[in-house]
Amino acid sequence: MSIFTSIGQYMILMSHIFSRPENGRMYYKEVMRQMNAIGVGSIPIVALISFFIGAVTAVQTAFQFVGSFIPPYYVGYVVRDTMLLELSSTITCLVLAGKVGSNLASELGTMRITEQIDALEIMGINTGSYLIGPKVIAAVVTIPLLVILSSALGILGGYMAVATSHTIKISEYLRGLHAFFDPYYVTIMLIKALVFGFLLTSISSFYGYYVEGGAYELGKSSTKAVVISSVAILLADYVLAFLLT
Amino acid sequence: MIRLENIRKSFDGEEVLHGIDATFEAGKCNLVIGKSGSGKTVLVKCIVGLFKVSAGHIYFNNVDITRASKKEMRLLRQEIGMLFQGGALFDSKSVEENVRFPLDMFTNKSDKEKRMRVDEVLERVNLQGQNQKMPSEISGGMKKRVGIARAIVMNPKYLFCDEPNSGLDPQTSLVIDHLIYEITKEYSITTVVNTHDMNSVMEIGENIIFLHKGCVEWSGNHDNVLTSDNQLLEDFIFASSFLKRAKEALVQGK
Repeated sequence: MSIFTSIGQYMILMSHIFSRPENGRMYYKEVMRQMNAIGVGSIPIVALISFFIGAVTAVQTAFQFVGSFIPPYYVGYVVRDTMLLELSSTITCLVLAGKVGSNLASELGTMRITEQIDALEIMGINTGSYLIGPKVIAAVVTIPLLVILSSALGILGGYMAVATSHTIKISEYLRGLHAFFDPYYVTIMLIKALVFGFLLTSISSFYGYYVEGGAYELGKSSTKAVVISSVAILLADYVLAFLLT
Repeated sequence: MIRLENIRKSFDGEEVLHGIDATFEAGKCNLVIGKSGSGKTVLVKCIVGLFKVSAGHIYFNNVDITRASKKEMRLLRQEIGMLFQGGALFDSKSVEENVRFPLDMFTNKSDKEKRMRVDEVLERVNLQGQNQKMPSEISGGMKKRVGIARAIVMNPKYLFCDEPNSGLDPQTSLVIDHLIYEITKEYSITTVVNTHDMNSVMEIGENIIFLHKGCVEWSGNHDNVLTSDNQLLEDFIFASSFLKRAKEALVQGK
């Protein structure tokens, strides 16, 4: 399939996703189920990764700054802004592209191969809207929340690293957290999370939805879903960095 | 009644159905038979609208669905039940949730009414008391019966069965065949069964079309399928050495 055919098919699928659902109540139930799977189910991995990223950022920055003319409180400032502007949203979404993306692609792909999607179509259900719509909505609602959690835990990770390594004083770290704070950075983080959440769920669902063949093709499609959604997240990150800053 | 007029279907320029004409009557078990690759599944998927025909017309009670709008097609699909080859049950839902799904999606019935209807159809397919089992916990034959229950829960006018006996032992196949036959008669449904199982042909084949390389090679019913002088049909029916010997024994009067 050429890249242009894929993009065309993706656009058509997206237009189906946003069409009116057959039954609002069933759609709502599915959105709640997906929020639990995508959002709540991803809390442990996001928490673990964010905590250590914050800790490592604090240690590395302190290592660079100590003994230089840069004031030590800049460590807290750097940890806060890197978490808000880049690491929380991008790393969290790249991790979710692997975890959630492969899961969505294999779930939809299995449904396609075992004719479950055909069974829904025969019943007169818009499968794009019923199967993919709730996943996308759940992702754009829960992923920004996960990213907020991620930045909080990253900053906490930095605090713990500073407290245990004694590279700088804790009071300096806390001072840095309050220094030069621009609330617009939080807006940037949330916009990124929303865009990345949409990209990772819609792209992964697309690759699962159009699987043809058997287990081998399903595996390939699942891998492709993760790779393409990760690349899309990185490209979008670059574009958003230009547009928003 | 379903009427097909000059149905053609191509994939990437290669035509797999070459102008199919057929009529599937209401209240009868209509069988589409033929070898693997003869175009049976493609034909059934064209009729139910999963594939778009390249040319021709498909009439459901004189309504041409090849010209129907998306909305008309959706409404028509609520009158269609389909049993898929592997059952196509939703893995994450229990037997009851699978059968109940169309009711939840398309009706405003109360919870009690839905439960009663689910119990009624599960009893009809002899699966009473199996409501809470998951698809992974039931046998192949039971999956087919759940598939039938789900297909008839909305009281459809049309029932399509894609190779309902594949992967089943002869006795279970017979149970499924009888179930399809009885449901067809009970609800006066237009049933189309796509099969290459000769038992089904003899048991329930009231109206049969035989496809060969995407063309209708022969049509008739189970009474005259054995006596037909069509060589391709004879080759298909008596492909197994068991049936060949049975026929020879019959001819020799043994």
